[in-house]
Amino acid sequence: MDGPAKKRGGTRLERNDRLVRLALLVIAFSAVSVLVVITVFIVGQGTPIMFRYGLKSFLAGTSWYPSEKLFGLWPMIVGSLFVTAGALVIGVPFGLSCAIVLTEFSSKRVRSIIKPVIELLAGIPSVVYGFIGVIILVPFIRTTFGGPGLSVLAASIILGIMILPTIISISVDSLQAVPPSYREGSIALGATRWQTVKMVLFPAARSGIIASIILGMGRAVGETMATIMIAGNAAEVPHSLLAPVRTLTSNVALEMSYATGEHREALFATGVVLFVIIMVLNTIANATSARRRKQP
Amino acid sequence: MTRYRLALLLLALGVAFSPGCRGGRSRNELTLAGSTSIQPFADKWAEVFMAKHPDLGINVQGGGSSAGIQACKSGACEIGMASRELKGDEKDLTEIVVARDGLAIIVHPSNPVRGLKVAEVKQIFSGDLIGWKPLGGPDTRITVVTREEGSGTRGAFQELVMGKTRIFRGAITEDSNGTVREIVTHDPAAIGFISLGLVNAQVRPLALDGAAANDENIRNGSYRLVRPFLFVSRGEPAGLAKQFVDFVLSDEGQALVREEGLLPIR
Repeated sequence: MDGPAKKRGGTRLERNDRLVRLALLVIAFSAVSVLVVITVFIVGQGTPIMFRYGLKSFLAGTSWYPSEKLFGLWPMIVGSLFVTAGALVIGVPFGLSCAIVLTEFSSKRVRSIIKPVIELLAGIPSVVYGFIGVIILVPFIRTTFGGPGLSVLAASIILGIMILPTIISISVDSLQAVPPSYREGSIALGATRWQTVKMVLFPAARSGIIASIILGMGRAVGETMATIMIAGNAAEVPHSLLAPVRTLTSNVALEMSYATGEHREALFATGVVLFVIIMVLNTIANATSARRRKQP
Repeated sequence: MTRYRLALLLLALGVAFSPGCRGGRSRNELTLAGSTSIQPFADKWAEVFMAKHPDLGINVQGGGSSAGIQACKSGACEIGMASRELKGDEKDLTEIVVARDGLAIIVHPSNPVRGLKVAEVKQIFSGDLIGWKPLGGPDTRITVVTREEGSGTRGAFQELVMGKTRIFRGAITEDSNGTVREIVTHDPAAIGFISLGLVNAQVRPLALDGAAANDENIRNGSYRLVRPFLFVSRGEPAGLAKQFVDFVLSDEGQALVREEGLLPIR
């Protein structure tokens, strides 16, 4: 890390340089140490209760009645997965089509309008999405399809919209990173634009697109405010798209205000499960984008 | 020595991230902590009390009934606020009923059902009764809205209506009286429970076992869904705590209770 030190101490400038480097190092590490502290704290608070009641009954139990010492997280784990899968079903087709149109089938002018608008979409606070969901989407679902309206479907649609900016912007970047020679070569061989997109650009940008989907998934899993407002939060494995559902994040946010003792620990345990899921998703995303960088 | 032990205790509380009360105290300051249902009313009492005694400070904090009771037991605050009955080993605390609150079972105003038996409410919330039809309502499923585990309002409902029966898993769960009311306001098939003081024109409180939900029926005992708002303390309150409790129980304090939509104790 140190440059070749000619003699101990060195000139004043060299000393200053070392000092600045040290200061930056300390600051950089304190940022990382926050993550370490959070990890240690969540795991320390959340894991004892998991082992006290047995990992199996904790993860696979279907009854969540903390007042009766029943801490089954299964409905919430399934709930998170359902809602996230729903968000992807809605977000991925829209997001990818939008990315393809933006990179391949639109003029510079159209792109210069649409791209900033999409980035603006990312800046809307999640509580606003939730509010729109409650005011417009939930009553619509209730009157059109029946049921309470607060449902897997409502949460999926809103989360699907919320992950669009992530999917679009990263997919656009990776499609644009495909060398122009690929495109030119394909067109020269007589392929149509759509064939070029489907058979050349898409495979070439695949890892970036996968990374965008996984990051979008991470956002959907972690979203709390909007889901709590529109998902209905019933701690039961949903039996249909129109049934209410509770996600892991909602479980923590909903009950933390009054939770004490083991109930509080169980919420931390919920956090541990969530933490593991997010970690796995991020690792996969990093791995796929690392592979992308290695490609020529 | 007591100061030292207090400091240790506060430290321990802080480490455990317990809600409830911490912070320095002097003879001129009183700390209350507990039920978030009582908190707004306690704030009101404190405000009026401090206006009369500018040299005294009343510090009101939330945290929930259980946390407040624990804080009071441990001595972290002088008065705990609980919106449910004391149970088990909490009973050695001194309890003072400062007000009462009715629990209203609410439905959408368009719902033709005007009243239910408590047993029917229990069947609805346990998931045994899933449609409005047999109750004289529309031919739709009932949207059951409940509060989250740990809430004092849910605790009171569980005790007064459900007994040992569980609220079924599929019930929509919200984390405040306000959101429960909001859902019932917009969903014609919904039923929920909120504090009687928070009922407005957009929802209809149901009569239970033939008694409408109003002050008179609560006072004569025919409307049974009533929970006490308690102040708890270790031993009889003394000094500033006594002064404050006396104020709350005085005619003036109780008039504030009525003004804010609760039921006075007398």
